[in-house]
Amino acid sequence: MANAWRWFHQLGSPKYLFQKTGQWLPWIWGATLILLAVGLYYSLWASPIEVRQGQGHTVRIMYVHVPAAALSMIGYIAMAIAATVGLVWKMKMAFAVVRSIAPVGAAMTFLALFTGSVWGKPTWGTWWEWDARMTSELLLLFLYLGYIALHASFSDRSKADKAGAILAIVGVINIPIIYFSVKWWNTLHQGYSITEKGALNPAFQTPLFLMLAGIYLLFAALVLMRLRAEIVLRNQKSRWVIEWASGKTLERGES
Amino acid sequence: MKAHRRNKLIAIIGGLLLLSGAVALILYALSSNINHFYPPTEVSQGKAPLNKTIRVGGLVAYNSVKRADDGLDVAFTVTDNQSSLQVQYEGILPDLFKEGQGVIAEGQLINKTQFKATKVLAKHDEKYMPPEVEQSLEKYGHPGKSKSTEY
Repeated sequence: MANAWRWFHQLGSPKYLFQKTGQWLPWIWGATLILLAVGLYYSLWASPIEVRQGQGHTVRIMYVHVPAAALSMIGYIAMAIAATVGLVWKMKMAFAVVRSIAPVGAAMTFLALFTGSVWGKPTWGTWWEWDARMTSELLLLFLYLGYIALHASFSDRSKADKAGAILAIVGVINIPIIYFSVKWWNTLHQGYSITEKGALNPAFQTPLFLMLAGIYLLFAALVLMRLRAEIVLRNQKSRWVIEWASGKTLERGES
Repeated sequence: MKAHRRNKLIAIIGGLLLLSGAVALILYALSSNINHFYPPTEVSQGKAPLNKTIRVGGLVAYNSVKRADDGLDVAFTVTDNQSSLQVQYEGILPDLFKEGQGVIAEGQLINKTQFKATKVLAKHDEKYMPPEVEQSLEKYGHPGKSKSTEY
């Protein structure tokens, strides 16, 4: 416990966080590329078609849609947790994490909406319906974009961090609404395929779980890269950043 | 944890809980608007308004689809295995439209058992099946099929 607490405090140090993420990133990228390569092979070739969905191949959209939608929600929860840590412990690096997640989360949300729409047209017969699942996911996109816009509208960074953090925390209420929408209300969107026993045939599970793991790691890799850029941006006057930028000590210390 | 930090954390969590409560009340109050469609049971109970554009949703009953000899007129029964509803529609049906398949129809109720649709969407359920499994189900009996033919 004491160790975890110390680690938590160490992560609050920009220099330590920058070094650590630099060490993690090659491994995360490596695992991401392997998982996505295997996952895409299963998704596009080594998995069956679905009986009812038009030509049957539209089922393959699921292997991007489901992970993107999952990460759009998990990313927002992570953002809200980091925002809380930032506000309570006044940890600047936590705010940097919030700021780093927002665009990646927004991209995942857009991807989920877009792939859903493309799948919906041949399957349901419509690009868009205002059902609870789709509307709340669209709201999530606006929350991400709202955070980005709000943060950008302050010239003072610590004010921007605080205002953004409050929006991030308040918006988290939308997450259970998205997740449970298909259960609470009658929606055009189908219910849970993964957790409902026997709903998703095992033949579809292999590609889906590989892609879930791959996109999870892709999300982590993209957020950490943005975080490193954010750390440099926020500490551009620190000596270690100047030294790092001029290609001296840190680069060697990292590897 | 230091006192001022604990207080801040309590304020954040407390604020979030209060706000969640407010949102929950709003959503509860609006639930009839958030529901995308009425199942036939609710229609038969009179919960759905007549002569107003609404959506109804359920399964297309087996052996209920009747197409006109000329034109695009089609009639079918939508059921939720408790109540059912006659739907009339003129237009092109989505590819997924099939007996036993879920659909959502937009249109107006004529009365509690008849519905005039202006748009029909297919609803995909949570089940995903590869062709081989479907074939063996066809061969050895479809669990959903025998049940639905009672209606």
